[in-house]
Amino acid sequence: MLISRLCRVGFQVAKELSRGGYAYMSRSRYTQRHCCQYQWSTLELLPETRAFQGSIFQKHHGFSTSASDGASAGADEEKGTIPVTFVSKDGEEIPIQVPIGMSMLEAAHENDIELEGACEGLLACSTCHVIVMDMEYYNKLEDPADEENDMLDLAFGLTET
Amino acid sequence: MAIFRARRVLWRSFSTISSHPLRVCIVGSGPAGFYTAEKILKTHQGSQVDIIDRLPTPYGLVRSGVAPDHPETKNVINQFSRVAQNGRCSFFGNVALGSSISLVELQELYHVVVLAYGAESDRVVGIPGEDLKGVHSAREFVWWYNGHPDGRNLDPDLKNTDTAVILGQGNVALDVARILLRPTSELAITDIASHALTALEQSSIRKVYLVGRRGPVQAACTAKELREVLGIKDLYIHIKETDLKITPADEEEMKNSRIHRRIYELLSKAATAGPSQPSSGQRELHFVFFRQPDRFLESYDKKGYVSGVHLEKTGLKGIGSGKQIAIGTGQFENLSCGIVLKSIGYKSVPVDDLPFDNQKGVVPNVKGRVLSDNSGDPTSFENGLYVCGWLKRGPTGIIATNLYCAEETVASLSEDLELGVLASTTRLPKLGRDGLLQILDNRNVRVVPFSAWERIDKEEKRLGSLRNKPREKLTSREELLKVAGSE
Repeated sequence: MLISRLCRVGFQVAKELSRGGYAYMSRSRYTQRHCCQYQWSTLELLPETRAFQGSIFQKHHGFSTSASDGASAGADEEKGTIPVTFVSKDGEEIPIQVPIGMSMLEAAHENDIELEGACEGLLACSTCHVIVMDMEYYNKLEDPADEENDMLDLAFGLTET
Repeated sequence: MAIFRARRVLWRSFSTISSHPLRVCIVGSGPAGFYTAEKILKTHQGSQVDIIDRLPTPYGLVRSGVAPDHPETKNVINQFSRVAQNGRCSFFGNVALGSSISLVELQELYHVVVLAYGAESDRVVGIPGEDLKGVHSAREFVWWYNGHPDGRNLDPDLKNTDTAVILGQGNVALDVARILLRPTSELAITDIASHALTALEQSSIRKVYLVGRRGPVQAACTAKELREVLGIKDLYIHIKETDLKITPADEEEMKNSRIHRRIYELLSKAATAGPSQPSSGQRELHFVFFRQPDRFLESYDKKGYVSGVHLEKTGLKGIGSGKQIAIGTGQFENLSCGIVLKSIGYKSVPVDDLPFDNQKGVVPNVKGRVLSDNSGDPTSFENGLYVCGWLKRGPTGIIATNLYCAEETVASLSEDLELGVLASTTRLPKLGRDGLLQILDNRNVRVVPFSAWERIDKEEKRLGSLRNKPREKLTSREELLKVAGSE
C-alpha cells in the first residue's frame, strides 16, 4: 500500500514534471511505515541560495528526529548528507545520499539521473521545477523570490505549490 | 499518462519494427532541432540522426537571437553539443534546404525528415512608408548585434537621431531597447558583435519608445525581461498613469493569466516609482500604450528616410473567449524619431514541395505530422515528414517550449513507426548520411561537420579572450568557412 501510494504520487509528479527519464520525489524515512515526502516550490539553484537549501535540509532533519521516536532519519550526521529517493516514471526507486546544501538538479546529475536543466542551474529557464506535495512543508519554506516567480511564470505544469 | 504508457510499449517493441537502422534528417539546428534529435536518439536505439543547418554554425537562435547580455540562457548549448557528439548523430553546417539539397531528395535519402528551421522572416505592418530608410525589422537588428552572417551589412544609422521607436512590447522589443540603452561598457564584455559595439558606442540615441497597440494588461513581454529593463542603471522610465486604468475585461484577463497579472503589477509600480521628469542627459525609456502605427513619416530634409511614425489611438474590444483586440478611434498623433524597429513577430519561410499555411505562417500539421495540404483534411498526411518548433507552432515561446514540442512530434513519429504507417519506407534501407554527403560533394557544397564548428568555437573563444569577452564572433561566411576548413 505504501509503495502504491508512492508510485501514484510518482506518476502524478511525472505528469507534472515529465522531463527527462525521471520524475523526482525526495523523502526521508522515519520508520518503516511512515514516509514523508517533501519537495520545494522551485529549485533554488543560485549559489547564494545554497545556504537556504542547506537550512531546509537541516530543518527537515530536525523535524524528523523530534517527531519520531527512536527512528533513524537515515541522515549521515558526520558526512552531512541526507537520503533522497528519486522515483522514475517506471516506478524505479533510486536512493542516493545528498550533501546538505546541494541542489536537487546537481544531485540528480551527479548520480546520472536524468533531469532537464537547460540553463544548468542559473535560474534562467524553467525546465526544472519542483512541486511540493505537502502544504505543510510548502508553508515552511520562504516565499519564492521575484526571480523565481518570474521563471515559474513560464513553467510547464505550474501548480499552486 | 497515456503518452508514458505508449512510450513504454513503443520502446519495448522497437526491435520488431524494422531491421534497417532508422535514418532521420532534421533540418535546423536550433532548440527544436536538437531537442528532437535528443529525443529520437533516446527513444530509438539504433537510429541515426543527421542535423543540417544553412549556417556553418549550429544552435539557431540560441546563438543569434538570445541577447549578448543573457549568457546563462545560452548554457543549453552544452546539452546540445553533447547530442551532436553522440556517435549516432551528425551535424552538417552550411547545407541549405532548397539550394544545397531539396526536400524531395532528403525524403529519398532518409526514412524520416523533421523540419525545424524556424522563422527567418517577419510579419509586416503593411502600412505606407514601411520601406523608408531607417525602418528595420527587430529580427535583422538582433541578427546584426549578434553577429549573424546575414545581418552584418544592416548598418543601422544610430548617429542621426536621439530617438528610436520600437513597435511591439514583447521580449524581443525589450531586448532591442535594452541593447540600445545599456551603458556600452556593460556590453563590451559580452559576446556582442564588434561592429555593433562600435556603432553603439557612437550612438546618439537617448530616448526609446516601446509602442503597443493595446494596454499594459496585454503586453507580450515576460516578467524577468521587464524587470531587467526597468532596472537599468540611471534610466528614466515613463509610463502614463492613465494607461494603467483597467476595465472588468482586463481584470478577467489578469485573473486567468499569472504572467499578465505580474506584468501589469510591474508596470504599475514603475509608473509611480521614479521621478516625474528625467534629469538632464539621462537616457529615457517610454512605454506607449493604445497606439497603432498608421503610416511612417518621411523626412523633408532627407528624402527616403524615416522621420517619425503617425500613430492612431486605439480602444479595446472584446472578441470573445477573454480576448481583446485593438480598434482605431480616428484620433491621431505623431511621434518623431530617426529609426524604427518593428518587433511585431517573426514569420516562417515556405520551401518548394512543402505545404504551407500563409495566413498562420506555419506548415499545416497535426501534432507534428505534416498535412498534405491546407484543406483542413486532418487525415491526409505527408508520409515520413514532420515538423517541430516555430515552423510547427508559430514564433512564440521560450527555448524550453521546444522541449515539449519535440516530445509531441517524436511521440507522433514513434506512434507512426509502431503502427506501421511508415512501413513502406522503413522496409527499405536508406542511404542517409553517406548518400547526403555524396550528393553534396558532387555539388561542391562545403559541409561544416561538428568537429569543424568546434574549430570555429575555439577560435572565437580565443579571439574573445584577447578582449575580455567570452567570445568574439566571426561574422562573415568567408571567415567562418576559412576557420572551419583549417587544421
